[in-house]
Amino acid sequence: MTHHILAVDANTHRNISIALFIVFVAITLGITLWASRQNRTAADYYAGGRSFSAVQNGLAVSGDYMSAASFLGIAGLIALTGYDGFLYSIGFLVAWLVALLLVAELLRNSGRFTMADVLSFRMRQRPVRTAAGVSTITVSIFYLLAQMVGAGALVGLLLNVKGEGAKIWTIVVVGALMIFYVVVGGMKGTTWVQIIKAVMLLGGALVMTIWVLAKFNFNLSSLLGAAAEKSGKGASFLAPGGNYGKTNLLSKLDLISLGLALVLGTAGLPHILIRFYTVPDARTARRSVNWAIGLIGAFYLMTLALGFGAAALVGSKAISAQNAAGNTAAPQLAESLGGGPGSGGGAVFLAIIAAVAFATILAVVAGLTLASSSSFAHDIFANVIKRGQASEQDEVRVARFAAVAIGAISIVLSIFARGQNVAFLVALAFAIAASANLPTLLFSLFWRRFNTRGAVWGIYAGLISSIGLVLMSPICWGGKSSTLPAGNATALFSKTIEAPFPLQNPGIISIPVGFLFAWLGTITAKEVASATKYAELEVRALTGAGAH
Amino acid sequence: MADTSAAPPRGEEGSSLAAVQDEPEFAELRRRLRTFVFPMTLAFLAWYLLYVVCSAFARGFMAHKLVGNINVGLVFGLLQFVSTFGIAYAYSRYARTRLDPLADKVRADIDGGAA
Repeated sequence: MTHHILAVDANTHRNISIALFIVFVAITLGITLWASRQNRTAADYYAGGRSFSAVQNGLAVSGDYMSAASFLGIAGLIALTGYDGFLYSIGFLVAWLVALLLVAELLRNSGRFTMADVLSFRMRQRPVRTAAGVSTITVSIFYLLAQMVGAGALVGLLLNVKGEGAKIWTIVVVGALMIFYVVVGGMKGTTWVQIIKAVMLLGGALVMTIWVLAKFNFNLSSLLGAAAEKSGKGASFLAPGGNYGKTNLLSKLDLISLGLALVLGTAGLPHILIRFYTVPDARTARRSVNWAIGLIGAFYLMTLALGFGAAALVGSKAISAQNAAGNTAAPQLAESLGGGPGSGGGAVFLAIIAAVAFATILAVVAGLTLASSSSFAHDIFANVIKRGQASEQDEVRVARFAAVAIGAISIVLSIFARGQNVAFLVALAFAIAASANLPTLLFSLFWRRFNTRGAVWGIYAGLISSIGLVLMSPICWGGKSSTLPAGNATALFSKTIEAPFPLQNPGIISIPVGFLFAWLGTITAKEVASATKYAELEVRALTGAGAH
Repeated sequence: MADTSAAPPRGEEGSSLAAVQDEPEFAELRRRLRTFVFPMTLAFLAWYLLYVVCSAFARGFMAHKLVGNINVGLVFGLLQFVSTFGIAYAYSRYARTRLDPLADKVRADIDGGAA
């Protein structure tokens, strides 16, 4: 390699990137076609035949969870603002304990295909499934938009192409591929896409981490020192406060609000929950969560090295010159490790990491499309519209149509939103999951008296309050305020009007609201919860008796 | 996996799943699950919130340097990783030794009854 450095023009890394990405796409398309021949029953389509092992599902869970927001977003946040990016990593990891201790096994034992299976188990089917379906589809589409708009924005930077046409084409290609994976491969094909992506992402991050640490003789302190020095902020770069809670009490509450949504949201994300159905039993689900905790934890530790490494080796000035949000920090770090801009090694390594980033986005959007289309077909179509009378074939056919429709809607919305700053949608998806889904899920599993009205009120109250508060927040209204003395230049509705709700993260209000209304609905309903149905749910959930 | 030899024939074999809830073995299983997961959840959420609150309000403390450039905030954050791995391990061991055998036994009784 070192003897034959190629003459590098600006297009070298673009060509390598595209070639690598095509290899990834070709392999995953092949697997998807293979998986399609194995798809016979609804359990194959929705749950991959429940045949994945703990390691496989642990990797797939990690692949579904480690979005571009965590890979590029957190590394960028650390590179630009220092310590505060680490807060995201910790919330995203600790959250898995909620899933492990309270949700994964019980859900696997008592549900079949969707989150609503558990929520509606002992309730009146139609109202609860409608609410859970609406919440599932809303969370998934918000998350999808963040990923797809991100893909459009990244392609220009990573592949060095300019113009709106490139963004639009990227969104269309990513959307078309995700629809293909889901419609043709179902859960089995999608799971394999996530497994391959997880291996690529973890491998890429590991190589970069070791490389960065080697540059500092594996001395963490000198890496941190170099990052702090190059940032120009000194020791404060290594302490909290670079990004969150800079001004007053409200902005500090905003940080706590974000922390709450991160830690409580994961166990309510529908695309994560349905992954627990892909294994044979609850104990495999438990072991797969343990694998996921190990892999995701290792990954977030590596983002620390990547973020501070980018701060030390690339520098915040060069990063924010490429992308104000810092999303290109990890790829720029790769370029620097490979030999710097203009070098052959730099171009190759940048190309590899850029291809990994696109594989990452693709796997996550496929998981989200699958979760939302499954919920539409299984909850809304089969149980609300057809009142449980639809045949399995009809249900799966509707699921495939729904995947095409949701994919198409996401493509169109992403094209319209491509100029907006939609990074907040990831945090919003977590806030909705924590406010609307988690309260009802926990009450369903653990509270005997919980009833239909409680479930419906809990979901809608959590959903409406979290979205409503964001619509009134500085994300939408960018006028100067006590929390944002400089205003928000990327506000969606107005740059001058002050936001009526001062926090950007709704969780601190909307999560208690979700729990409160789930409780209030329950105690005000005339309907008495069926003790027999709760007994049956509890016996199934705890023992696995009668599990699908 | 179910140890069917441990399920001697009983009188109430036709009982539905719901009736199992009243049996002492199931009550014990539920007690064991809840006495572990509820306090543990409160504990790790409190530990995590302490970290977030310190990040917001105790910045001098978090910025305090311990060794070289390594400060309290970094160590506190890394301890969240350690506690997460530790709790996941502790729960899995507890489940394997205290929950799974009992769940198998209750389930074997149910399967025996349904047969």
